[in-house]
Amino acid sequence: MLRIKNLQVYYGMIHALRAVSLHVKEKEIVALIGANGAGKTTLLSAVSGLVRPASGEVNFYGKDITHERADRIVREGIAHVPEGRHVFKPLSVEDNLLLGSYHRYSLRRRVAIRGEIDGIFSLFPVLADRRKQLAGTLSGGEQQMLAIGRALLSSPKALLLDEPSMGLAPKIVKEIFGHISKLRKERDMTIFLVEQNARGALSIADRGYVLETGRVVLHGSSEELLANRDVQRAYLGREDLTEG
Amino acid sequence: MPTASALLQYVISGATVGSTYGLAALGFTVIYNTAGIINFAQGEFVMLGGMLAVFALRWGGVPLPLAVPLAVLAVTVVGIMVNRVTIRPVRGRSPLTLIIITIGVSILLRGGAMLIFGKDTFALPAFSGGGPIQVGGAALLPQSLWVFGITLLTVLGMKFFFEHTLTGKAMLACSSDRKAASLMGIHVDFMVTLSFAFSAFVGAVGGVILAPITLTAYDAGILLGLKGFAACILGGLGNPFGAVIGGILLGILESLGAGFISSGYKDAVAFIIMLGLLFWRPSGLFGGSQAERV
Repeated sequence: MLRIKNLQVYYGMIHALRAVSLHVKEKEIVALIGANGAGKTTLLSAVSGLVRPASGEVNFYGKDITHERADRIVREGIAHVPEGRHVFKPLSVEDNLLLGSYHRYSLRRRVAIRGEIDGIFSLFPVLADRRKQLAGTLSGGEQQMLAIGRALLSSPKALLLDEPSMGLAPKIVKEIFGHISKLRKERDMTIFLVEQNARGALSIADRGYVLETGRVVLHGSSEELLANRDVQRAYLGREDLTEG
Repeated sequence: MPTASALLQYVISGATVGSTYGLAALGFTVIYNTAGIINFAQGEFVMLGGMLAVFALRWGGVPLPLAVPLAVLAVTVVGIMVNRVTIRPVRGRSPLTLIIITIGVSILLRGGAMLIFGKDTFALPAFSGGGPIQVGGAALLPQSLWVFGITLLTVLGMKFFFEHTLTGKAMLACSSDRKAASLMGIHVDFMVTLSFAFSAFVGAVGGVILAPITLTAYDAGILLGLKGFAACILGGLGNPFGAVIGGILLGILESLGAGFISSGYKDAVAFIIMLGLLFWRPSGLFGGSQAERV
């Protein structure tokens, strides 16, 4: 399981994360919600090693990974699907998936990994039709599926998803959220989901944390958060509650 | 009135020199693709390839078949060192900073070569003996055959590496998106080192195969580097095979220009072509239009 303790991150003079503590249990879906600039992406980046924390600890299954490099953390079993998908646009869909397995690829495992890639194609059939196509030519939703598929090929224990719904049509958003809850059910995946779409995220999550200007201001079960008036007002767009 | 045999002669000698431009261009492309910068010390890698082979032969008494690979290997090590000592410590800075550093490195390598080897011009013996072969009235030097053969092998080797090996694909991934590449477990710094090694390697190969034909000196890298860069633009920056074709094409055009107009304009041809392309077709001949959704 993932445990974050008193994490502090600075970008130059900006104090991006202020003593953030939270945890994600095995096979749990935990949502992190908050406004733009609250530090959600920074938090995920600190976990996956893209950003160096000033202090605090990131612990994964009992191992302190706070100061590991990003390319080592993926070997520990954490796959980060970054905001904006970041697929390898000039490479084919198939090669994108293959690169997901980079850290554990060997000639001996080649056949097994081929099988896993086919597994991703049956999970996301739209990708199967486009396997030879360059990733840059895919639609936003397809790129999101590719980014998730690529992350799954690293054979992770936990998946960090940053804004998977960003910029997608409502119908596609629903589909992506459907896939996310299926991943937990069918692959026993632990999922830490960062979202601006609070309603969507909390509808599939077990628990949630609310991040505001670098601080966790609220946490609880998804039901509690969905029923919370502050959450409703700030993140669920219930303007009618402001007077009540 | 130029005859057909003269034309053929120009094409053959142009393609020979152009092969080296192509290999230099390939070197530019490899580093550009992983590190996102233009390495202006590329010409110096080409120069060092030729010079080190000459000096292994003359001073070290190393036989030619050994001196050539040894020189290429030594330049590959120089390439790795250039990255470790000058580029890696400041990684993450703006590409402009890094590019200016490579210009500094090129001056340093050139100056070092001058101090060590002197200012004379040197020739490497041809790889095999025998007189020129007559082809349709034109003379084909046996060394040209070496040049074509080795260039083809190098290019095919690189093509195989980038299209069929996971490490090659990982290098392309680094060029496409470094952040995502590191999230896949790709050690980006290592890939950049590898790209400098490859780039120095192909540059040195280009230098060593051409040295028996055009002679070499400590400052030969300036023009070879600039022409390699022009070849890159011609072929479309970032496209490895376009770069090589661009180099050969540039060599041929230059040779035709020298033959039919005046040899005084030989070097100008390359830069006129480069400027023309930058104005009218900045993506190069093989750049094509890019289809990409965001």
